Amino acid sequence: MSTLTALARAQAFAEARAQPLATVRHLHLHERPLILIPYAMAGEANAPLAAMVGTDRDNPRLLVVAQPRNRDDRFAFAAELAAILIGYVDSFTGQTEAVAVDRGRDVRYRFTDAPQLWVPNPGGVDFLKLFGRSTRFRTTEGEYAVPASVPLLGRWLTFFASSAEMAGSSLLLNGVQALSSHWATGQSGAEDAQLAALMGWLAPPPGMTVFEAAAAAEDPSLTPPAGPATDPSFDNHILAPLLSSASPAVSELSAALRGQLLPTWDLLWRALDLLRTLPVAGRVAGRWDSDRDAYSAFVQHLEEGGPPQPRRDGAVAAAARLSRLENAATRYAVQRAFDDPLVMAEYRLSGAAFAGEVTLAKADRIDDTGKRPVLRPRIMVVTTEPVGVAAGAVLTSPSRPSQKAKVISVTRLDASAASKSEVLLELSGGMGRKMVAEPGSVPEVGERLLLTTLSEAYRPGGAFPEPDQTPWTHGGPPVPFSVSDLPDASLPDPSLPGPSLPDPSPPGAFLQDPDQ
Amino acid sequence: MTAGSSTAGFSTAGLDRLRGDSPAKRHNARTIAALTGNPGCSRRAVLDAAGVDKPRLAQHIGFPMGFGQSRFALARGNGFEAMLKADNCALLLSVLRDVLGLDTPSVSYDDLGDDDDATLGARHGRTRKLLAAAANAALVDHPLLTLDVAGRQVFLEPDLIAFQVEGKLHVVEIKSFAIVDGQADSAKVSAAAVQAAVYVLALRRLLAELGHDPALVSHDVVLVCPKDFSLTPAAEVIDVRKQLATLTRQLTRLASVSDLAAALPPGVSFDMAMPPADLVASLHAVEARYAPECLSTCELAVFCRHESAGHTAALGRPVRDALGGVETIAEVLELAAGTRTPTEEQVEAAALLQAAARLRAEIL
Repeated sequence: MSTLTALARAQAFAEARAQPLATVRHLHLHERPLILIPYAMAGEANAPLAAMVGTDRDNPRLLVVAQPRNRDDRFAFAAELAAILIGYVDSFTGQTEAVAVDRGRDVRYRFTDAPQLWVPNPGGVDFLKLFGRSTRFRTTEGEYAVPASVPLLGRWLTFFASSAEMAGSSLLLNGVQALSSHWATGQSGAEDAQLAALMGWLAPPPGMTVFEAAAAAEDPSLTPPAGPATDPSFDNHILAPLLSSASPAVSELSAALRGQLLPTWDLLWRALDLLRTLPVAGRVAGRWDSDRDAYSAFVQHLEEGGPPQPRRDGAVAAAARLSRLENAATRYAVQRAFDDPLVMAEYRLSGAAFAGEVTLAKADRIDDTGKRPVLRPRIMVVTTEPVGVAAGAVLTSPSRPSQKAKVISVTRLDASAASKSEVLLELSGGMGRKMVAEPGSVPEVGERLLLTTLSEAYRPGGAFPEPDQTPWTHGGPPVPFSVSDLPDASLPDPSLPGPSLPDPSPPGAFLQDPDQ
Repeated sequence: MTAGSSTAGFSTAGLDRLRGDSPAKRHNARTIAALTGNPGCSRRAVLDAAGVDKPRLAQHIGFPMGFGQSRFALARGNGFEAMLKADNCALLLSVLRDVLGLDTPSVSYDDLGDDDDATLGARHGRTRKLLAAAANAALVDHPLLTLDVAGRQVFLEPDLIAFQVEGKLHVVEIKSFAIVDGQADSAKVSAAAVQAAVYVLALRRLLAELGHDPALVSHDVVLVCPKDFSLTPAAEVIDVRKQLATLTRQLTRLASVSDLAAALPPGVSFDMAMPPADLVASLHAVEARYAPECLSTCELAVFCRHESAGHTAALGRPVRDALGGVETIAEVLELAAGTRTPTEEQVEAAALLQAAARLRAEIL
């Protein structure tokens, strides 16, 4: 945590009001997002209990698993969810646009729009990831066949969950993270993890202080949890009696679960409203382009009959993915700082950036010591901020991202009380192709300039061998994919006993599968 | 017989007095593990050592906490354990054979009896006898170990102790969270590892008492969990050396709880018969060290959070550290505004806070 963010939290507490951590919105906000609030069955390994889902704020769809431990009911739920989700993701394949590749020698096509999923919290993302894992290898033939849409749903959920790990991607977002990266509350991060408590700080109900709103948000009888974990007392007093019969009354179950899910549904839409009040950051569109690329590539992969994502990446795929994740994280951090002075302020505080005034500028300076003369203007910047760079460092200014400024010297002027530094810089790039700089491309005397060690320069990805060239140190080439290799593709789940639970049942009951 | 009353050579009368007439709450591996999570908290140490019923206390003083557990989770946990232990641990044995190399055809199985407060002493006696004699591959179910925590004897019940052929003892911990594709929830795994470390420590001390080499107890514990989305068990070996080191260190520090309790003012009591206001006054007399993590591990956390409102610690340790360790939020803001003269150790923090405040003011 930076001192700047920590100070914002302290201010939020003292003023009893959330404080901004960003001046612009650093994520793409879709005009027609799909909101999905999953609820899981306590104790089970990722067994769905219910979900509230839809694109229409006034008309949420509630999906309920009638008997969460019944395999057929579980896959019926998956098929219902698949119908909604796949219908949604397929609705963006209408229009394509051409993108030049290979320096304009070729073109490729991508869809002009892409889907965007919202869940309440990181737990929701984890749930979708595991639900994707438990459905994408299901077989659609044989004794334990599931509807064809179920494995497809699994593959889409896996796609969304893995893109959520990519910093700056807006394909699958969660309310808690989106809000807390834009605002600071006067409570701890542990308390912020509850969407309702976070929203209590950001937009308390009329007539309530933030402290009252946050307290109300913590009482599960007033504010049901945002999932996927349920409220234990709801489980014990409402759900357990309903599920104790062999064929639970779906209407009663639905009514009970609707009551638990609806508050979070409203809250998440309000969270989106709040985010919409912020102007969008400049580099969000570029990152959404990457998201559209990823979406287009995945649609193509499915059309070509590509295999489902493996249970675990092979060595080469894992290394390549890690490299992509690292690059994305670095790029996102830099882009946020370049887009947002409040984010850049953190770097100014740590000395990785400083703002100052241009006191000298020689825009027509030519360096003719090399083979041919080059334009290398020099400027002097005076700053009162800490300068954490030394001669030789290369800096960039967000106002001229394509220009490099090499530090020639840093001189501290300690004569006055406030510590001042003079930084002499040599500029290259971003001034046109002539030996005279384009007007405005060289900072002028009196201009206030921000310089930073952060750079948007292209970062090449790592070089990795082909998968079939995986060295023996990394396990050798991976075995080609085959559905029949998967232990759980065709086997029944032994985790699905009859409807005798939740009452503790004799151990043997766990091994009996209704399918057998 | 209740936990603690049998402690030999140690006076716990002072601690028992704090509790009044209520029966003592039993410590278990989970509460010991939680104790080591926030070792600086005297309040928790004293209350736990005195066996005070914290959930009831919190309820009584108006800061109740929802620490309920879903019946579904309990049913599944119990069901999984029962399935593994059915037919003399047949299923469990099959997964343990692989990870522990139990290759003898016959493995003896001893069930030392059910969980019952009345038989604690007898079960502990049987556990000692069995461990003193055993040298063959064996499974010991429902063993009962003891550990001295803060000068008091605590009974502990590992899920199982497995003996390897070479005479090494392994603690087996059965948990009902899933291991999917070889990965499980890291928070749950580390909680299980700390709990297992508590058992390893207790077992080592018992062996030392019996005149055996404590190193016979392996630091490799076995975690048995459901695999993927099924109830098929999977066993993983976890090295708990690091947890053991932490635990040993924290338990040594806790040893002085009786001194702490003795030093409390005479009026301090947590007798639930007292009015809430007096209980709150008693609580204030014992220093707490609140951190937001307490909310998930301590039943009294809501009260402590209320008490520490306005302190930087209530915002979380990272925030407090980033604010230079300054105690209260009011102080932080005064230092940032330059309206308060920093103490010698605050000078650096104050400069940073002022710079941060300047930057925020400039931009917003």
